[in-house]
Amino acid sequence: MSQARSSKWGWLFLALGFFFLYAPMLSLIIYSFNENRLVTVWSGFSTKWYGELFQDEQMLNAAWVSFRIAFYTACASVVLGTMAAMVMTRMRKFPGKTLFGGMITAPLVMPEVITGLSLLLLFVSLSAWTGLDFARGMLTIWIAHVTLCMAFVTVVISSRLAELDRSLEEAAMDLGANRIKVFFVITLPIIAPALMSGWLLAFTLSLDDLVLASFVSGPSSTTLPMQVFSSARMGVSPKINALATTLIVTVSTIGVIGWYFMQRADRRRQQEMQLAAKQ
Amino acid sequence: MSARWRRFIPGSRWGLILIPFLWLLLFFAIPFLIALKISFAKAAIAMPPYTDILYWVDGFPVLKLRGENYLYLLGDSLYIKAYLSSLKIAVIATTFCLLIGYPMAYAISQMNPSTRNIALLLVILPSWTSFLIRIYAWVGILKPNGLINNFLMDIGLIDAPLKLLHTPIAVYIGIVYAYLPFMVLPLYTNLVKHDHRLLEAASDLGAKPWQAFLKVTLPLSKAGIIAGCMLVAIPVVGEFVIPEMLGGPDTLMIGRVLWQEFFNNRDWPVASAVAMVMLALLIVPIMIFHRAQSKEMEGRLS
Repeated sequence: MSQARSSKWGWLFLALGFFFLYAPMLSLIIYSFNENRLVTVWSGFSTKWYGELFQDEQMLNAAWVSFRIAFYTACASVVLGTMAAMVMTRMRKFPGKTLFGGMITAPLVMPEVITGLSLLLLFVSLSAWTGLDFARGMLTIWIAHVTLCMAFVTVVISSRLAELDRSLEEAAMDLGANRIKVFFVITLPIIAPALMSGWLLAFTLSLDDLVLASFVSGPSSTTLPMQVFSSARMGVSPKINALATTLIVTVSTIGVIGWYFMQRADRRRQQEMQLAAKQ
Repeated sequence: MSARWRRFIPGSRWGLILIPFLWLLLFFAIPFLIALKISFAKAAIAMPPYTDILYWVDGFPVLKLRGENYLYLLGDSLYIKAYLSSLKIAVIATTFCLLIGYPMAYAISQMNPSTRNIALLLVILPSWTSFLIRIYAWVGILKPNGLINNFLMDIGLIDAPLKLLHTPIAVYIGIVYAYLPFMVLPLYTNLVKHDHRLLEAASDLGAKPWQAFLKVTLPLSKAGIIAGCMLVAIPVVGEFVIPEMLGGPDTLMIGRVLWQEFFNNRDWPVASAVAMVMLALLIVPIMIFHRAQSKEMEGRLS
């Protein structure tokens, strides 16, 4: 009896929690169609702000910069993150493992103002010492983002690797495959969904980052968050609502589709394993 | 692969370790050392805008460390207030996140697997969309002619708009809103692994549901609670965006101070000193987090 009651409260609380999470985003979406320039006073339906948005050169350039950086960041983060995850979950102690482990988890919590400032100082110092001009721009932003996203990807992939049934890998090695072959032929296909979700995570983190980009960017590499921030500072504008809605809808769609495919792949793999076990 | 080639390729084991290790060493660890070095310098009108700390006198290197930045930080009450205020805000916001997030995580962990996945997706989805934009949404909700005030005035509850924006309350709302998924996820990951039989055993022994919760579930979820709290509290201490957009001029947070020191005052050495002190304050929580996280990652190996 009390079980049923507690789950009713649970559902209520959960519903309230979700309302809290989603209501602000819904308000952005709804008011992006507001005719009125005063964002929160509704005066009619209009899509004119979307028109203005897509004619805003600065905004579009910044978006293009952000998307490219996010793409390269996600790819590099997945590679480095998978390597780090393999090291953390598959290797016994080696000298420096504690330091390595610390450097892998610290970016997860380190305030970005600290890492942003430090990285900028690194780039400036490198320029001073080597005489080469480490021009701050997309490259430096990419480096900063990979350093951050790598930690998140490592967490995602480590948890998947840890759940993995080691006997599959061991069987392959018994059959004569060397470690590299085992990874690419056995492990990689199994953790592919985790790689995908790690890629998406890194992509969204990079796309969304403001602080790191502000510290290490150069004159011609304004990212979308930087652009939005400087506009938002001047006040609420329906054009930003339109941008916000576009981003929310795009990212959510990609996220839900990606999630759906990963669920399906996971389920299918589980079915295959069960079939194989029966034989 | 023939034995001849194998001589030139470093053992794949070390290659695997070295590449991410060197990357992190170069782009994560070493920058802190450089920031430390520059925190001992003085701002200068030069490129780069700080003085050197290593001088050559008669062919001998001399290290000139200026501790004045740190003395400046200690002397000016603004910085001390900002540090304390940041810690206070982090603790209070984390507590709220925990109070809201734990029941949510618990409720989700009790669902059957298919609904659970959808609920998880719904929790994570907001955090995929832009952090900046979600905070911006609250500006529109809390401002004088924003959604809340318009609503309250429309139904006649108040005559003049309440000051909701640019207050500490707005900052708390923003932080809890932004960081809630970071609290729910580690808690959920922990709670979902709990063995139901323990709870059944407790009720067999006569414990009421709330007693079973306090004596069984809560202690078992300790690691999740620690991970979640650290994952929220530590970054919140150094937050910039939320206090900048939702807070008022009197909402002192150290991340904002650092930003202003760097971008507005162009004083890189002081900004570095601020960062180093922040790092020193956070080192112990970071280590606590790292230990909780490693136990999670490696615990499953055994």
